[in-house]
Amino acid sequence: MTDHTHNTLTCDQLLGMLTDYLDGQSRDEICHEIEAHISGCNNCRVVVDTTRRTISLVHACNDKPLSIPEDVRERLFQRLNLDDHSALKSNPS
Amino acid sequence: MNVQLQPSFSIEALRSGDRDEFTRLVDAYSGPIYGLGLRMLRREQDAEDVLQNTFVKVLQNIRGFEERSSLSTWIYRIAANEALMMLRKMRPEVNLDDQGADGDEDFMPVQFVDWGALPEETLESGEAKVHLERAIEALPESLRVVFILRDLEGLSIKETSEALNLTETNVKTRLLRARLNLREKLSVYFGEQYFKGVEK
Repeated sequence: MTDHTHNTLTCDQLLGMLTDYLDGQSRDEICHEIEAHISGCNNCRVVVDTTRRTISLVHACNDKPLSIPEDVRERLFQRLNLDDHSALKSNPS
Repeated sequence: MNVQLQPSFSIEALRSGDRDEFTRLVDAYSGPIYGLGLRMLRREQDAEDVLQNTFVKVLQNIRGFEERSSLSTWIYRIAANEALMMLRKMRPEVNLDDQGADGDEDFMPVQFVDWGALPEETLESGEAKVHLERAIEALPESLRVVFILRDLEGLSIKETSEALNLTETNVKTRLLRARLNLREKLSVYFGEQYFKGVEK
């Protein structure tokens, strides 16, 4: 990515604002500046789109809660002296 | 665990030693904490140690929990400290305080393949998921722990900063670097699929 300007924002500045923008935490005027920039800068548009897609893929791959193996749970309950409670709720799988 | 979906717990019951409530807490958080340990340390035995040590400390310290942060953030803080402490012992050469790159140049995007519009079945294939998991595993530890808490466990930037005792600015910088690092690796992988599609 070369650091050229489109409107008032440089590519470097856009990158620095990317976390807030992708997390929906940017103010409206910042969003407008970013959107104006990427409408004229193809590399930044690709970076914004594919970073957003990367995050959504991470979420898609992580949609099922990780359950611990039953033997790991048993040892955990023993260590916590909760053996008599270990049958209270089976581990979600 | 997505913390937005976390069940609520009675702090009073936990403080007074209610074993049923503590069991509920352990069952709700053991998966995410084990996952954090596994992703940070990569070995099941080490992840189990993180899991056990975390809940032993939760049990020992719940009476002194002052609710300056949420219960969830407090538990993640204990777990992250456990995992980072084990990492320091195992690999003292790892610098957990750096931001994962010597300079800004190291995380500047260099791949500009527009793979975002590839079909869902390509993007979410089993092979792509394996590739993504490997890319997460390969992140520098100082970035990986931030990425796990924010993007995998769903903590907010503020909660992640509280759990790791970092400033919010530092969390955002590390998160950006982690995300861009993964994007670069996925761009190389999906780039091949993209160009196959273009050639057809």
